[in-house]
Amino acid sequence: MCTMIAMHAAIKGAGKGSEGWFPLTQANVGFDHATHSQAEHALLLDFVNGDLGPGARVAVEMDIASGRALIAQLQAAIEAAEASGVAE
Amino acid sequence: MWNSFKTDDQMGMVAQITTYAGGNGDKIHTYTALPQGNGPFPGVVLVHHMPGWDELYQEFARRLANHGYNVICPDLYCRFGHGTPDDVTAKVRGEGGVADDSVVADSEAAMKWLKALPNSNGKVGIVGTCSGGRHSVLVASRVPGFDAVIDLWGGRVVQSADQLTPQQPVAPIDYTKDLNCPILGLFGNDDQSPSPEQVNQHEAELKKHGKNYEFHRYDGAGHAFFYHDRPAYRQQQAMDGWNKVFAFFEKYLH
Repeated sequence: MCTMIAMHAAIKGAGKGSEGWFPLTQANVGFDHATHSQAEHALLLDFVNGDLGPGARVAVEMDIASGRALIAQLQAAIEAAEASGVAE
Repeated sequence: MWNSFKTDDQMGMVAQITTYAGGNGDKIHTYTALPQGNGPFPGVVLVHHMPGWDELYQEFARRLANHGYNVICPDLYCRFGHGTPDDVTAKVRGEGGVADDSVVADSEAAMKWLKALPNSNGKVGIVGTCSGGRHSVLVASRVPGFDAVIDLWGGRVVQSADQLTPQQPVAPIDYTKDLNCPILGLFGNDDQSPSPEQVNQHEAELKKHGKNYEFHRYDGAGHAFFYHDRPAYRQQQAMDGWNKVFAFFEKYLH
């Protein structure tokens, strides 16, 4: 199905794409047809820089369970970083 | 039909990425597959799916051309930029999808491009899978001049109010009374969009408005059962479906 589910977050960072590292400006999160993974649908994470064209993209497809696990570990890492006092 | 050619037939085609004047006269890319010969040949506007203007659609174009159809498959994402199909699709997805009005305009221009070919027989059909099925229904309902439309498991033909977006402001089913030509629909009973209930709802609307329609539902198939590059492929249902596609176009475009 074409869910048209698409969320966005502005981000600061860098990603490594097919032509090396580039600055990231946005993360797009969707749940729709998978392109490469074997599931019909997948969580679709795209880390992009719109100013650099469609190819400036780091793409990830994963299932929902993986997404939940990733969220938990992201949250844990963030909390640990903040607790360490070196979060900047 | 598959393998219905004669071994001494003259067969050939020219298939390529080129450009044409799309909606608003914009120069956009398109894949064309044109059989060689004087024809006259019917035309087909091939409407690509949400996952993009990709190699699968180039194969579909050549398959139709191999059966004697002039085919044009516009890059409906052309205005979003260029790159590999999945990169461009990701950009389009991130921006909320391509607008229905844009697809309608590009498809109408494609239909006129086909009719202007010197070897055209004057008839044009439109077909697509997934979102391309939805768009095909939408275009054939909003634009006069098509002689047949084929909806291959188009999701979101039926849309609830909360599924409407700025890009998709009206559900295609709401244009049913304006549908201008016969419609063939092929669906998998394991599909979630369109669900069997939504297919029934669409069929009821076609019946209510006295439209010429032919719907087929396949057991053991879900969404995208023609896609040989994906696990969704179902060989038996896909080959039967292709034969129904060719039979329908044979009936209404010749």
